[in-house]
Amino acid sequence: MHMLKVLLSRLGQAALVMLVVSAVSFLMFRFVGDPVATMSRENATVEEKAELRRSLGLDQPVVVQYGRFLARTLSGDLGISYRNQRPVTQLIAERLPATLELVIVATVLSLALGIPLGVLCALKPNGIAARLVQALSLVGISTPTFVTGIVLILVFAVSLGWLPSFGRGQVVDLGWWSTGFLTASGLKSLLLPGITLALYQLTLIMRLVRAEMIDVLSSDYIRFAKARGLPSRYIHFRLALRNALMPVITVTGLQIGSLIAFAIVTETVFQWPGMGLLFIQAVSFADIPVMAAYLLFVGLLFVLINTVVDILYAVVDPRLRARSA
Amino acid sequence: MKTLAPSPGLITRIGAPISVMVAAVLALAIVACALLAAWIAPYDPTDLASFELINAELPPAFTADGDARFLLGTDNQGRDLLSAMLYGARVSIAIGGGAVIMAATLGVILGLIAGYYGGRVDAVIMRVADVILSFPTILLALLVSGVARAIFPGAATAEWAPLILICAIAIHEWVQYARTVRAATMVETAKDYVRAGKVIGLPSRRIMLRHILPNVMSPVLVISTINLAAAVLTEATLSFLGVGMPPTYPSLGTLIRIGNEFVFSGIWWIALFPALALVILVLAVNIVGDWLRDRFNPKLRVKR
Repeated sequence: MHMLKVLLSRLGQAALVMLVVSAVSFLMFRFVGDPVATMSRENATVEEKAELRRSLGLDQPVVVQYGRFLARTLSGDLGISYRNQRPVTQLIAERLPATLELVIVATVLSLALGIPLGVLCALKPNGIAARLVQALSLVGISTPTFVTGIVLILVFAVSLGWLPSFGRGQVVDLGWWSTGFLTASGLKSLLLPGITLALYQLTLIMRLVRAEMIDVLSSDYIRFAKARGLPSRYIHFRLALRNALMPVITVTGLQIGSLIAFAIVTETVFQWPGMGLLFIQAVSFADIPVMAAYLLFVGLLFVLINTVVDILYAVVDPRLRARSA
Repeated sequence: MKTLAPSPGLITRIGAPISVMVAAVLALAIVACALLAAWIAPYDPTDLASFELINAELPPAFTADGDARFLLGTDNQGRDLLSAMLYGARVSIAIGGGAVIMAATLGVILGLIAGYYGGRVDAVIMRVADVILSFPTILLALLVSGVARAIFPGAATAEWAPLILICAIAIHEWVQYARTVRAATMVETAKDYVRAGKVIGLPSRRIMLRHILPNVMSPVLVISTINLAAAVLTEATLSFLGVGMPPTYPSLGTLIRIGNEFVFSGIWWIALFPALALVILVLAVNIVGDWLRDRFNPKLRVKR
């Protein structure tokens, strides 16, 4: 019974947020810039414009228009881009693989580096390595993504000439998905932007692993295991790290949404043909349909991830169930 | 015991570690240089007539081909980079500061109202805050500036850029203030002095502003330091993406954007020096902010 309540209230919240996001998206669509002016030909007469207005349903009450907008959106029609006159849904679908592959690489990299570094800092909190890592992490937070990207380009692309600095390299089409994972140039191209995006995430994961490890290491069962004389390698990695990783995995999951949004900056630096670059071009050209669609898409992704994580938590952790009931 | 000890000097009384003191001095120095840009900059970067293309893309004075007139070299228009950076830092700090002031004002007022009245008002304000918080700063800021771009015609966008940027950043940052102030206000509202104020019939606005506000201000000041660093970074990011300050009136982010176009031709200084200035400024403010947070507000302390 409790579970059902939690589930329903969470889904209700998610639906509410999506309704708000879609309303903002609709208002942008409808009131920012004049759709009639952008869609009618250069010297259209007043009658022609009125006709277009009627055929677009712009003479209806705003609530009715919003309803229609919702219906159209749900059926996958997000309008036509002002800038390149193509369906927005199609544009986003084309760009989606590039961004997702970048985000996957960044997530894997940040976990592969962040977890060991965090453990290192937790096990020897006063060691030189730990202090160095801590200091560097503060520098990491203070360095904007685009600066990291520029420095990496300067070093590895311009000075050393090892890695490409823009584009995806050669991609292979697998049906509607184009991947850079299958060619050498594709993989090489992923490296620099992947690292740039990962660094933003790395600090967070490292700090989290460290805090969780320190917490777990001071708990009773670890002390008991030490008292029993279990080897410290076993204690640290089999017992402590496993328990410390639970929240880390959650946060990493939650961060995928922000990573997609943050990819905007990385994609601009590396001219990576993903959704972020599409969005930033839309912003500079005031291409409202693309902006509105991106907002809807990213909003949906955020709400989806948050809701799933919350519900999973309620399923996994009985304490949370009791508290929210 | 305490009376026997020699009266401690200011530094020991604050009890900050040396790294924090250094950071504080550095941050203040950068802010001072930026504020005094008009007097200490060797050239006036806003005076378009003073640029000469013959001086364009000169490397820094300390390199082999450097020109002693331009300490950090020149940009693609022959503008002295050091002067442009000083003026740029001024723009960055002004916009960052403006955004913090706007976010703090909005957040404190809404937080006071939500915490004082509770009930439906509280629910509405906090729900809006939740929705805003579920989106990253940069995305919201881009949306705001994108919408502003669509509303204002081209020339006006450049003119209004600072205000648009301040709004774009503040729209996300106020939430943190509102949440903190709301929680503190709820605690204060339950106390006797507030009840007494209500009983003797003081108007609500007076109770909130004159009596509750002073008691909830200290976390606001702490949050502001960290938010200043974040706001400067967001402004730089927006300007770098080309939706912030125009090249005619550049912030540090705009300078990095300009420099980014020349990185491939081996002209590294146009991008690198402003980037360095930006990172040092933000790092210094962050170190001070982190320390302040731990020192003055144990409740806000993050696990480290």
